[in-house]
Amino acid sequence: MADLQINLAGIQSPNPFWLASAPPTNSGYQVQRAFDAGWGGAVWKTLGDPILNVSSRFAAVSFNGQKVAGFNNIELITDRPLEVNLQEIYETKKRFPNHAIIASLMVEPKQEKWHEIVKRVEDVGVDGLELNFGCPHGMAERGMGSASGQVPELVEKQTYWVKEAAQTPVIVKLTPNITDITVTAQSAANGGADAISMINTINSLAGVDIHTWNTIPHVAGKGAHGGYCGPAVKPIALNMVGECARNPRINIPISGIGGISSWQDAVEFMLMGATGVQVCTAAMHHGFRIVEDMIEGLDHYLDDKGISSVMDLIGKSVEKYSDWGNLDLNYKIVARINNDICINCNKCHIACEDTSHQCIDMLKDETGKGYLQVREDDCVGCNLCSIVCPVDGAIDMVEIPSTLPPMTWNERQAALGAASCNVDVVNK
Amino acid sequence: MSYEDLQQNFNEVFPGLTNQEAIEESNRCLYCYDPPCIQACPTGIDIPTFIKKIASGNLKGSAKTIMTANPVGASCSRVCPTEELCEGACVLNHSTKPIMIGNLQRYATDWAIKNQQVLFKPGKKNGRKVAIVGGGPAGLAAARELGLLGYNVTIFEAEKHAGGLNTYGIVSFRLPQDISYWEVKQVESLDVEIKTNTRVGKDISVKEIMDNYDAVLLAIGMASVPNLGIVGEDLDGVYDAIDFVKETKTKPISNTFLGKKVVVIGAGNTAIDGATCSIRLGAENVKILYRRTSEEMTAYEFEYEFAKQDGVEFRWLTAPKRIIGNEDGKVIGIECIKMKLGKSDDDGRARPIPIEGSEFILEVDAVIKAIGQSRYNQLIEEFQLEHNSGVVKIDQQTYQTSNAKVYACGDVIFGKGQGEAMVVSAAQQGKDAAYAIHKQLSKTSAETA
Repeated sequence: MADLQINLAGIQSPNPFWLASAPPTNSGYQVQRAFDAGWGGAVWKTLGDPILNVSSRFAAVSFNGQKVAGFNNIELITDRPLEVNLQEIYETKKRFPNHAIIASLMVEPKQEKWHEIVKRVEDVGVDGLELNFGCPHGMAERGMGSASGQVPELVEKQTYWVKEAAQTPVIVKLTPNITDITVTAQSAANGGADAISMINTINSLAGVDIHTWNTIPHVAGKGAHGGYCGPAVKPIALNMVGECARNPRINIPISGIGGISSWQDAVEFMLMGATGVQVCTAAMHHGFRIVEDMIEGLDHYLDDKGISSVMDLIGKSVEKYSDWGNLDLNYKIVARINNDICINCNKCHIACEDTSHQCIDMLKDETGKGYLQVREDDCVGCNLCSIVCPVDGAIDMVEIPSTLPPMTWNERQAALGAASCNVDVVNK
Repeated sequence: MSYEDLQQNFNEVFPGLTNQEAIEESNRCLYCYDPPCIQACPTGIDIPTFIKKIASGNLKGSAKTIMTANPVGASCSRVCPTEELCEGACVLNHSTKPIMIGNLQRYATDWAIKNQQVLFKPGKKNGRKVAIVGGGPAGLAAARELGLLGYNVTIFEAEKHAGGLNTYGIVSFRLPQDISYWEVKQVESLDVEIKTNTRVGKDISVKEIMDNYDAVLLAIGMASVPNLGIVGEDLDGVYDAIDFVKETKTKPISNTFLGKKVVVIGAGNTAIDGATCSIRLGAENVKILYRRTSEEMTAYEFEYEFAKQDGVEFRWLTAPKRIIGNEDGKVIGIECIKMKLGKSDDDGRARPIPIEGSEFILEVDAVIKAIGQSRYNQLIEEFQLEHNSGVVKIDQQTYQTSNAKVYACGDVIFGKGQGEAMVVSAAQQGKDAAYAIHKQLSKTSAETA
């Protein structure tokens, strides 16, 4: 049994699984149910003004019969009075003193507003604060949420104002609706943030009803962009976490958010630099009970790896995440088909033939039975065939020993540069 | 058992896939490239494509993909031995479990039927006329292809409705008549004229047909069940299985079988139909008597399983000797004799040999004969075609008979080691015969031009 406790910028929690600030953390009832189910922490649904919402609010993106591959909402921050939320936070913290309760906050970009709300939530005993600079709809039109989060100066300034008043750790939650998230991440760090969390939702339109021509969702026949989340956004979130984690100028912990549905997802985020994760869509899809498998799966994984504390996972893959210019141009893999396992659906053949490098031949053996073979000289190792293959183990991507020493683009350019300098010298 | 119950018994057994089941199953299809399921289908339906179209919600396109390749694709989705054909070839047999291709095919075609889709338009008329004798699966398939190619096609059908075996010969709880009627309507929508209640050789002469058409396609299938050649066959209570099934599809359900004891002679698919029909008519006990063993029977495995689940008993190595009647001429029993298997016959099946002194009598109220079908030899003679005991001889490439103007396909060319007896094979033969006719007639028109 590994130690699953985490410490994110001073916030302790019994395991790395927190509920993100969202509908699941709307009330004391819900958060207490979540803690009973095993969640290690909860970021309380964003507190602020005004208290209003529309109907309907959610939409899901399904793919080939798989429900909720992506999820989208046009819901705003809490629709319950601040006093009620504060009372329930107080009661919940009293019942669960060892669980992390973080208050998500969103107010106008004014110093006194931040000072006021920080004081009030800290008075009820929260373990930390998360500044919502990410919500892309509704609040943004009034200069809050992602409207603030997209302006590095505002991120820095507001973080600074919060830090002026805060006694507890401050996490800045970043919007992905920006060209380079490391810029706003650095602004948060400059403003004194103790940690950053990412990603908030991505601007999105879940769909259009092809029969009524309404947007999905719609409010009385009109729609607006919402925030996208769920399994579909995981690769985007993982990249942003990785970019921030490997940036030496952003030297603060990261809370990972974005499509985390399983213990494996959590491991991936932590390897890529996150200190714990926040989950929302998976809980909305299946209920709080999913955390039991997340905790157990993570525990077994750590035991299998001989790792005694989950904190030891953090950032272990970061140094492997670099720029294209640092990749070895002489490394080569090719596809190899195991015809004992292959079921001859021939999907690899047609994928390669139509859309890659035409190197998988459909052949017949002496008995007339079909089999597939890769012409390895023509294979570029793109992985497409093994990606489309429906049978485990039928296609292996194998390393071909290179006759050339490793050489990256950057090394190649440096070598060429040196060579041209030499030529210049000779010419002179 | 109430009369309503009896009628209910003839409703289709399997309700078909729900929308959700169809979506889940269609999404499970790998959409193989050059897949074995297509090769295993005698009509070569592009199976992954029609399944993909179900997954995308393009049900009209799906039905069209099916029906383009197989003009009786709705019937075939119910009667094909899929585990021997498409589903047997599915690559997922080697990893998980095969796709329910038959059920998905039914789902798509049922949608087209329910939504009254007309899937095809007639081709530009080419001025040529083809007569098709027989409106069963083979005749309909040929008519459909010729209609698409612009021929003026007339089908001569002896029965009240076209569809042949699909309309009359397969039990309602497996294949309701509506399905067959819809397929007939799809053919009619190509301007194909179907003259029903028209028996060639009686209502219209062979000469008239030969004189008035550029080509004639003989697709007359097979006739009634032949005699057993034993005493008592003319007794009241002895039925021809084909007629028996036909009655359940064309007349109000009879309650005369309630509580009766029935034996069926034979172990092909028609015998199974006769037996399961009897059960559904309320018979108390139904036995299938077969002079060989389960190894040699010709019924499909799924038919056999279905009959067993319906409660049909099987008596292997048992042959009828005589049917016993009472003074009113009604069947009261059947004398049987036990058999053993001897050496293989020419057709490779072991020859059954009676065991002397093993006779026994079964008390029965009805005997259903299902030992194969005889041929319309007289009509074949009238067309003056060469044949082998009623199996019309054809050129395998051109489907031409000994009379170059007359083509033949379907069960009329099945037998004596030629062809296959499946509905789906008949459909493919109909298509092939149509292409052969088109090729020949195009050639002659090119020559005259």
